[in-house]
Amino acid sequence: MSSDVRFTDFKSDKQPTWCPGCGDFGTMNGMMKALANTGNDPDNTFVVAGIGCSGKIGTYMHSYALHGVHGRALPVGSGVKIANPDLEVMVAGGDGDGYSIGAGHFVHAVRRNVDMTYVVMDNRIYGLTKGQASPTSREDFETSTSPEGPKQPPVNPLALAHAAGATFIAQSFSSDAQRHTEIVQQAIEHDGFGFVNVFSPCVTFNDVDTYDYFRDSLVDLAETDHDPTDEQEAKEVIMDGETEHMGVIYQDEESVPFSELHGLDSNMAEIPDGAPEDAMDLVREFY
Amino acid sequence: MAEDLNWAIGGEAGDGIDSTGKIFAQAQSRAGRHVFTSKDFASRIRGGYTAYKIRSSTERVQSVVDRLDVLVALTQRTIDENLDELHDRSVVVYDGERSWEAEIPGEIDAVDVPLKSLAEEAGGAIMRNVVALGAVCAIVDFPVEKLDEALEKRFGGKGEKIVENNKQAARLGAEYVEENYDGFDYSLETTDNDYVLLNGDEAIGMGAIAAGCRFYAGYPITPATDVMEYLTGRIDRFGGHVVQAEDELSAINMALGAARAGARSMTATSGPGIDLMTETFGLVATSETPLVICDVMRAGPSTGMPTKQEQGDLNMLLYGGHGEIPRFVVAPTTIAECFHKTVEAFNLAEKYQTPVYLVSDLALAVTEQTFAPEEFDMDAVEIDRGNVVDEDSIDEYLDEQGRFQPHYDAADGVSPRAFPGTTAGAHMSTGLEHDELGRRTEDTEERIDQVEKRQRKVETAQNEEDWSPREFGDPDADTLVLSWGSNEGAIVEAMDHLETEENLSVRFLSVPYMFPRPDLSDAIEAAEETVVVECNANGQFADVVEHDVLTRVERVTKFDGVRFDADELADAIRDVAADADEVTA
Repeated sequence: MSSDVRFTDFKSDKQPTWCPGCGDFGTMNGMMKALANTGNDPDNTFVVAGIGCSGKIGTYMHSYALHGVHGRALPVGSGVKIANPDLEVMVAGGDGDGYSIGAGHFVHAVRRNVDMTYVVMDNRIYGLTKGQASPTSREDFETSTSPEGPKQPPVNPLALAHAAGATFIAQSFSSDAQRHTEIVQQAIEHDGFGFVNVFSPCVTFNDVDTYDYFRDSLVDLAETDHDPTDEQEAKEVIMDGETEHMGVIYQDEESVPFSELHGLDSNMAEIPDGAPEDAMDLVREFY
Repeated sequence: MAEDLNWAIGGEAGDGIDSTGKIFAQAQSRAGRHVFTSKDFASRIRGGYTAYKIRSSTERVQSVVDRLDVLVALTQRTIDENLDELHDRSVVVYDGERSWEAEIPGEIDAVDVPLKSLAEEAGGAIMRNVVALGAVCAIVDFPVEKLDEALEKRFGGKGEKIVENNKQAARLGAEYVEENYDGFDYSLETTDNDYVLLNGDEAIGMGAIAAGCRFYAGYPITPATDVMEYLTGRIDRFGGHVVQAEDELSAINMALGAARAGARSMTATSGPGIDLMTETFGLVATSETPLVICDVMRAGPSTGMPTKQEQGDLNMLLYGGHGEIPRFVVAPTTIAECFHKTVEAFNLAEKYQTPVYLVSDLALAVTEQTFAPEEFDMDAVEIDRGNVVDEDSIDEYLDEQGRFQPHYDAADGVSPRAFPGTTAGAHMSTGLEHDELGRRTEDTEERIDQVEKRQRKVETAQNEEDWSPREFGDPDADTLVLSWGSNEGAIVEAMDHLETEENLSVRFLSVPYMFPRPDLSDAIEAAEETVVVECNANGQFADVVEHDVLTRVERVTKFDGVRFDADELADAIRDVAADADEVTA
């Protein structure tokens, strides 16, 4: 790790193919700044992404990266981090990727509390398949596959995370560059699974959950007396059906990450040239 | 050939059948006898018929036969299920005090032992199976003291008193038989040899640790769970870890992540789990990630018969997944080979940066067999990590802009690999078609280059590795037998029988590599008749053999859920040999 890393070092020379004005630009910039600010460099960072617009992020960032299959980025990130605790692992996904096909993995990744950061670019729509309802779409949101709205309540990702025992829950907004960077940074610095749901508007297919909507409605918890270490207060924010919040909602300061809990501190890539020295003991057990 | 003993204990699941059988198997093994065990069990926790069978001899045994010499029957159903295997020298041990009236055919020796009363006398009714073991010792003239070590191993954790009570229970059982029955005509020889006793799943787990596997993620499924249970706790001693994932999708993705981090990584499952993993299998191959994926086959399709034997997944393993996926498919043929082929699987995966299917089956997984400990020579384990670059060697693979090329279009198809943390090695991997940098491309030339590059790895491996089958019997025989997986032992025993009893010799090639496969065309051409033996309905291996050599082969298949035994294979091979004679005449 070098101290003179700039966030542009995390940029690849590939131009993003996101639509002009897409919220994902701001989400990604904040992630890169947060990585640089926390003293990481591309060679010790591993970024995992799934499928969809969010999944493209590994291509536009410069680091060790894997662009996987739909919904399964969290297990990949968990495997990377458990195998080598020295790496900084960041997982990126979308609301479809993370809360629909990947919902099961989300719950279990939260439970496992592997020390990594999970950033979900939540635009409340399927963008790359051209505008179908997503798990976070509003009940009456009309799309090509829900002409009268999905007629089912949206997933509340914060509540899902909390119910599964999350040790860090935050929400941010891609166009508020400074706050977004700070929030992701706090997630990185958290000892355990740092979950950030980012409102990352889709300018092409979602004309409801727009920049203006979030700008007008979001309440920044930093401007209130919210105490993220108070679980009861956090619960109230999470279950508040009226107001959308931004900021760190909950943080368990006692969080013990997976690797520490299991006493794993070595890089599993390092193995001897042959069988381990005391391997014959394994055979003798079968006497 | 030394006389072998075929022994079984049967009752209801939950009766402690497994642990009792294991104690007797370990005692036989410690007394220098070769042991081969098999289990007959149903997919339920309690109730239903279950049995543990042991065949033992001073000579090597490697299959089951259709003969039962001594049977401990805890239920009438145990007798009924095994009636056709009992013969006029068989002895059945039962407890006349129990509520059922044992109906045992007249010519069979029925030994009524008050198992429960004697167990209570020794300290508790729970020990009635151990009383039965003592009784069996007296019947077969095996010193009852030789159970002691196995009893200590089984009950040592529960305290000295429990161990002593069990030893006493065994002695009471033996004394009862000696006092109440005349001698039987069995006399078990013992030797001074030291054997180890293990099953195929354990051998795979042991091979994985020896080979440097440090990360395992899996989801419990019969009959692969023993691999995970073996590794749990043990792999940690060597700096590794086992994660029980939420499902098979997660398991293979975690294993993939660990492999990308540079760890030797594995997952194991059975057929239904392989189906779930297939999506990620394509990603593993396209991103050129070394990974060992173990399929311990059971009877399918769908949930099929989870506790029964079948070799029905071959087509899935050879062809499963959309698109064309270069892969290796390695199938151990014995329990010892489960160890050796696991080591080999890790080397193949890393040398060629390709997923390896390690294929086992239920018969290998739940069967225990004795081996000389030298069969698992840890000093002989070699680890080849392939083309891994470090800070000093990475320059060779940087493009003119200083970017690392993880999919470098190497002549042998094998690109460099940089573990995360390597300076200047940062790169992207993806399941999308990509260029040498790992970036998505739809450029036709780059597509062709990368597809050919991945195929070339297989060609390189075909030329550089030894894919020979294991050869048995007479190389000049008219009849050629081909097989894969767990059938090897039964076939070899059937051949011994045909050779000694009927002076009929055959040639047998046991094939451990399903892809790439050895070239069998010369062997098939040299034989009058070729028969492929496998546990499935269609003859999936026979299909690929026919495809490879453009010659029709005979098939001996079995798909009732039960493994082959040596006797039925001797009959089947004799029939094929008779056809070969006709051809010659």
